[in-house]
Amino acid sequence: MTLITSTIPAPEAPQYRPSGVMKSEWTKIRSVRSTTWTILVTVVLTIGIGVIATATEANRWAHATPGDKLSFDPTSVSLTGLLLGQLAIGILGVLAISAEYGTGTIRSSLAAIPNRKMFLAAKAGVFAAVALVVGEVVSFGAFFIGQMLISGGAPHATLGQSGVLGAVAGGGLYLAVLGLLALGLGTIIRHTAGAIAAFVGVLLILPLLTPALPQSFQNAIGKFEPANIGSAMVTVNPHVTHGSITTFSPWVGMAVLAGYAAIALAVGGYRMVRRDA
Amino acid sequence: MIEVTGITKRYGETVAVDDLSFVVKPGQITGFLGPNGAGKSTTMRMIMGLDMPDAGETKVNGIPYPGLAWPLREVGALLEANAIHPGRSARNHLLQLAQTNDIPQSRVDEVLDVVGLSSVANKRAGTFSLGMGQRLGIAAALLGDPSVLLFDEPINGLDPEGIRWVRNLLKGLGREGRTVFVSSHLMSEMALTADHLVVIGRGRLIAEMPVAEFIAQSSQQFVRVRTPQAELFKEAMSSSGATVVREEDGALSVAGVSADVIGDIAFEQRLTLHELSPQMASLEEAFMELTQDSVDYRGEGGFSADPNLVHNNDPVHAGTKVSTR
Repeated sequence: MTLITSTIPAPEAPQYRPSGVMKSEWTKIRSVRSTTWTILVTVVLTIGIGVIATATEANRWAHATPGDKLSFDPTSVSLTGLLLGQLAIGILGVLAISAEYGTGTIRSSLAAIPNRKMFLAAKAGVFAAVALVVGEVVSFGAFFIGQMLISGGAPHATLGQSGVLGAVAGGGLYLAVLGLLALGLGTIIRHTAGAIAAFVGVLLILPLLTPALPQSFQNAIGKFEPANIGSAMVTVNPHVTHGSITTFSPWVGMAVLAGYAAIALAVGGYRMVRRDA
Repeated sequence: MIEVTGITKRYGETVAVDDLSFVVKPGQITGFLGPNGAGKSTTMRMIMGLDMPDAGETKVNGIPYPGLAWPLREVGALLEANAIHPGRSARNHLLQLAQTNDIPQSRVDEVLDVVGLSSVANKRAGTFSLGMGQRLGIAAALLGDPSVLLFDEPINGLDPEGIRWVRNLLKGLGREGRTVFVSSHLMSEMALTADHLVVIGRGRLIAEMPVAEFIAQSSQQFVRVRTPQAELFKEAMSSSGATVVREEDGALSVAGVSADVIGDIAFEQRLTLHELSPQMASLEEAFMELTQDSVDYRGEGGFSADPNLVHNNDPVHAGTKVSTR
């Protein structure tokens, strides 16, 4: 008979606690390949698209109309890739929870941590930290590489210019908050494909439907769309227009976006607590 | 110690578990027996605090599961085979569980060694066979050195060597004074492993008793007799209170008296006997009979349409449960 009994040191705390659960969540997120892949895709898309967009705009500078020159925003152009990077980080957010339901590990997780609110909060916290680091790295990376490519007379931005640092940092924050929104959707829907479809629907399909609405509604609804909030956040040049939409100011927009993520996570958490695992 | 008190669980119209109560005591192996779909897994999930009963309550070591201070250090469970992220290594799967309950990393390697997975500890679990997945699940259950262990169909997918290993492991755990609760749909397996039985059918308690008592109570004994003087033999036996039934092959089965008495009577009446052999109905048959009315899904013509199926005691080929959840 093999040795089963062992001497596990008695725990120091009176009961299981968030620090242990967060360590566990960190182990989970770093130990699967899908994390590496989704982060890699986020980096490649955000920086790659940013590079292409910036290079193209800079090349056009010589032939640009005065109007185009006036509304040229080197910061936001270099961050164009966030539009695609947000999809990859969203997939990472969805998978963080939907993979637990898909594989059945949710049951061993909740058996180890019966406090489901603590479980979800720790998961969201660790994911948010990872997503924020990734978001800031790609946002600053896309900005710096993009600015280096601007030459031939087109103006380029520096972090010291008014509003630029906030826009670039805001771009990273935007990715992290959208990732949390995706995590919330994943918690509500529990299925990977369904949650990703919902996330893409909110980000990309809703904006396509807005133009079908009467003009007055377009503005009222359009300013609440994540994509418009995001583009306002990374825009420094006041001459840039967002179609016919009067956007929220960057930090109000940020708060609205954070509200979406908070609502999705709260609804998901409520369902998780109330329903069978 | 596991206490289940009056739990009921409904899924829409279906009552999966119906006012079920029983106690699982430490220091012995308690088999949780019932046909597929009887509500065994649902009951185990309710004990683990994963599913909420519509009525009643469950306690582990006197406390409802969600109130346990360090759940993995008190309760270990194998609830379903291969509930493992296929992309995560065996070691990382165990490590992330250990970290939730402040269990040191050294224990991870220890349990990997116990279940014999040390050499594949860094391989992704998706590459594992069903049997290896099962061993990893057992390793997870042992992680916190818990006093209470639940295993849902632990031998599913194991080869004969693996089955023997699980059997010995369970017995070892029981000997160490732990509470061991093992579900199975195979009576023969429980007869070999368990000390005590909780039998359910359609979510209701059918029996709760020591295995030995269950066997004694439910095994039908009869004596098989072959004689060229069947009619005279029947007549002779009728006075002794025995019941005689003619089998298809011409032999007689006699119930109610022992082989000794039959032999004596035949000798007194000068009857020729060609066969006199005491028989015992298999445990599996006894179990079938007991749960006959409580089997949810059965093939046309009933369970015993194919005698090979009834007598198939080979757990290796027993049905693996497919989760629909």
